[in-house]
Amino acid sequence: MDDEPLFRWSWVVSNWDNDTPNSIVNLLQAHIVMAGVPTVLGLLLAVPLGVACARWRWLYQPTSGLMNAVYALPSIALFMLLLSVTGFSRLTVIIPLTLYAVAVLMPAVVDGLRSVPEHVRQSAVAMGFTPTRRLVRVELPIAVPVVLAGLRVVAVSSISLVSVGALIGQGGLGNYFTDAYQRDFYTPAVVGIALIVLLALVADGIIVGAQRLLTPWVRARRSA
Amino acid sequence: MNFLLDFFGDPANWSGAGGIPARLLQHLGFSAAALALSALIGIPLGLLIGHTGRGAFLVVASANVARALPTLGLLVLLVLLLGTASVWPVLIPLVALAVPPILVNTFEGVRGVDPELRDAAYGMGLRGPQVLGKVLVPVALPLILLGLRLAAVQIVATAAVAAYVGLGGLGRYIIDGLATKEYDQVVGGSVLIVLFALATQGLFTIVQRLTVSPGVSQRVRIPR
Repeated sequence: MDDEPLFRWSWVVSNWDNDTPNSIVNLLQAHIVMAGVPTVLGLLLAVPLGVACARWRWLYQPTSGLMNAVYALPSIALFMLLLSVTGFSRLTVIIPLTLYAVAVLMPAVVDGLRSVPEHVRQSAVAMGFTPTRRLVRVELPIAVPVVLAGLRVVAVSSISLVSVGALIGQGGLGNYFTDAYQRDFYTPAVVGIALIVLLALVADGIIVGAQRLLTPWVRARRSA
Repeated sequence: MNFLLDFFGDPANWSGAGGIPARLLQHLGFSAAALALSALIGIPLGLLIGHTGRGAFLVVASANVARALPTLGLLVLLVLLLGTASVWPVLIPLVALAVPPILVNTFEGVRGVDPELRDAAYGMGLRGPQVLGKVLVPVALPLILLGLRLAAVQIVATAAVAAYVGLGGLGRYIIDGLATKEYDQVVGGSVLIVLFALATQGLFTIVQRLTVSPGVSQRVRIPR
């Protein structure tokens, strides 16, 4: 172990796509699914919840209290508690990560909707927008930057949290961490960390790009 | 439910080195040490950067990196590199991941203080350090405590994951139970970890209520 280098390129070459479930390509794919599904699903669940909490104010306090508590639950414990229901499957990782995603995004949606200036809302009413159309055409677009800021946090932390699933054999690239530990071998751990951080950077970049496309007025205002 | 009865009803789980009280104390001791160390680094640094305004980019970058880095990978790599003779290979990742939330929130708290308040303090003849101690810290306290709470909850969860690389504490029930397929241990340990995390969260909420100046808590809305 003393002469073992931190990183062996030959390991990467022989494990890249070697037709085993633990090849880099396969684990990368599994990792993207297990982090991507909770991020997207979390957003889809958080938007209606946030809209409801912004509309009926009495809902906000209890819901945000619950979300705060959910966010405090350790992922390792949730994975284990789900084991008896969903077994050693991807769902055991996906369900808790979706809960965390909602816990972060729901308050972001509410904050975003609250950031809509009153005069904008009134203009929309005066122009004859129905409440639904006002929500979809005016309020939600204005909320986009705040919601996407939350989405960046969710995407990056989901990608990193998936790796804890390695303890039940469903960690995506995190499986390399248990592999490295069991074989006393640095390279898989180094490769796992590097790819996870890289994946997080790419996901973050995609969301930043989406934000530029979805809110062209921000740039127009700056350049004007 | 049967798992829980088996686990909590077994007298062997209540005494000795592997008993619940002993492991609870281990978990508590280790988490407290990691939090104290993180606070000693994060709070002064956050105050300094927030007060002087120098190095703000460092704060943002550290938060993003800490979110992307997979805990399990970091733990495995450091333990493989440094061995388990001392507690540092486990303590370093715990502290490294807990400093950023403390740093960011302390920084944001100090940054967010109304400039007029700061000017008024200087106008009354207070010097730099006095302004920091008598005005900036009390006003920033809700956010500083939020940072400590997020860090504490994260440390409790990470300490459970660290059982995989040999750390004692409540995580042992999960790791050992998985290895021997004793699922009552896995479920029982998970329930204890969840309760521990929620208690930590609750403790910080109470501390915040008791320590934040009433003049501050009336005005300041705590962003998440």
